[in-house]
Amino acid sequence: MKKTALGILALSGLALTLIPPVLVFTGSLSNQAQKTFMAIGMLLWFAIAPFWIKRAQ
Amino acid sequence: MILDKLTARLESVQEYEKEPVPESKLKGWRSFLGMYAGEHTAGTEFVIGPLFVAHGVGAGALVFGLLIGNLLAVLSWAFLCAPIAVKERITLYFKLEKICGKQLTLVYNLVNALMFCFLAGSMIAVSATAVGIPFNIPMAKLTDWLPGSPSWVLIVLAVGAVTTLIATLGYEQVSRFANIASPWMILVFLAAAIAVLPELGVKSVSDFWPVAKSSIWTGTPLEGQSKFTFWHVMFFAWFCNMAMHIGMADLSIFRYAKSWKSGFASAGGMYVGHYFAWLASGILYAVFLHKSQNSIEFAPGPIAYYAAGITGAACVIVAGWTTANPTIYRAGLAIQAIMPNSKTWKVTLIVGLITTTAACFPALVMRLLDFVALYGLLLMPMGAIIFIDFYILPKLGMKGEFAAKAGLNINWAAAGTWVLTLAACLFINYALGVEIFFLGLPGWFVAVVLYIGLSYFFQPSKQLKTRLS
Repeated sequence: MKKTALGILALSGLALTLIPPVLVFTGSLSNQAQKTFMAIGMLLWFAIAPFWIKRAQ
Repeated sequence: MILDKLTARLESVQEYEKEPVPESKLKGWRSFLGMYAGEHTAGTEFVIGPLFVAHGVGAGALVFGLLIGNLLAVLSWAFLCAPIAVKERITLYFKLEKICGKQLTLVYNLVNALMFCFLAGSMIAVSATAVGIPFNIPMAKLTDWLPGSPSWVLIVLAVGAVTTLIATLGYEQVSRFANIASPWMILVFLAAAIAVLPELGVKSVSDFWPVAKSSIWTGTPLEGQSKFTFWHVMFFAWFCNMAMHIGMADLSIFRYAKSWKSGFASAGGMYVGHYFAWLASGILYAVFLHKSQNSIEFAPGPIAYYAAGITGAACVIVAGWTTANPTIYRAGLAIQAIMPNSKTWKVTLIVGLITTTAACFPALVMRLLDFVALYGLLLMPMGAIIFIDFYILPKLGMKGEFAAKAGLNINWAAAGTWVLTLAACLFINYALGVEIFFLGLPGWFVAVVLYIGLSYFFQPSKQLKTRLS
């Protein structure tokens, strides 16, 4: 259960890294918002992924 | 107290430099996939992609050149390097000692370590361009060779110190760091490129190819840069890691592999890092050129920061680390083979100091394509020697690992092969005008012929051979 929650949070970090630039490309998001979302995604990934990967192993 | 704990931790780092890796320490192909993807989606990618743009590569030449060149690189890892690594399970340096003798290996290790230091240094310099953004330091230009300001030197020293500290903790730490960072880095490369495409006029997927040909990889080099073709791209993609695959440096890495098929895991690094990341960084640089009206300033940090904000800058820093870390580690192994009684972490610390000093010079970044080609070429003959020694010499009735068996400090067949191969490459370069990017292929065959011929000449008579066996 905890592993799944960690996985979802970590992958959300990656999703926040990739999806905002795609939205910029389609004209649905501003550049500034894209950069903010990407920064949040980065923090999420590096905060959660080490614990997720450790549990997965 | 903390210092004691850290020292105890460092003393416990065991890397099996002089003995085969035990069964319990072997790793599956996924471990190598992560490591290669991380290592080859790295700081160099932020430089090589843009340099292809600067050298006027056409869009078609780039796409197909990279496709074929990277395939050849993967096959070189899988069929040349990994099979020997899993059969021997010892470091490159220990293997060379058996073939070439201690003294020649010492020379090789010095050259190798120096090359690794320069390569890692260029990555520290790339990271420093991102760390320097908040301090507004002046960035280097394509034509710069020497450090431009004291603030640049200070930032390089700080980045070098952190990178060295991570490398001293050993392969396991490096691998863990690369595994966590690599999926995120790959997405940042891709995401940053997607985000800036509208600025080049790409509004839909169908717009991409026409814009790629007219505005990104135009086929026209920047002023003062030579023209690159399909062949340059293909051979560069194949040989940019020549020291690692054909040169056999990654024997030290694949000795941890459960099967030689882990060599195919290098595709993770080639097709993600040396394909998509090079394309992505080329797109970012094209936007920079477009906005700066072909400025010759060259700083990956600010370019990534423009496209992806603080995430882009962080990606450049992390990308630099994931290349510099294993490279410093490899250089540490090279030096340790010269000083076998030294602790791995102490040697790595010294290597880190040399690397950081080299990183202060922007020339390492600006001439990266030439440096990478030279680095592979210098070390390639030893890879050919290992290949022939392992597969061919025994079949011809000669002894493999001749220096160890005959108790030699220097195997003159290997020494002659190394020097004469490089001399032949120099001749081909000067007399026939063949560029450095292409010399590895004829050079490998020259080395093969020379080593077989010289071994036949230098190995003792049949009677002595029998006694040795």
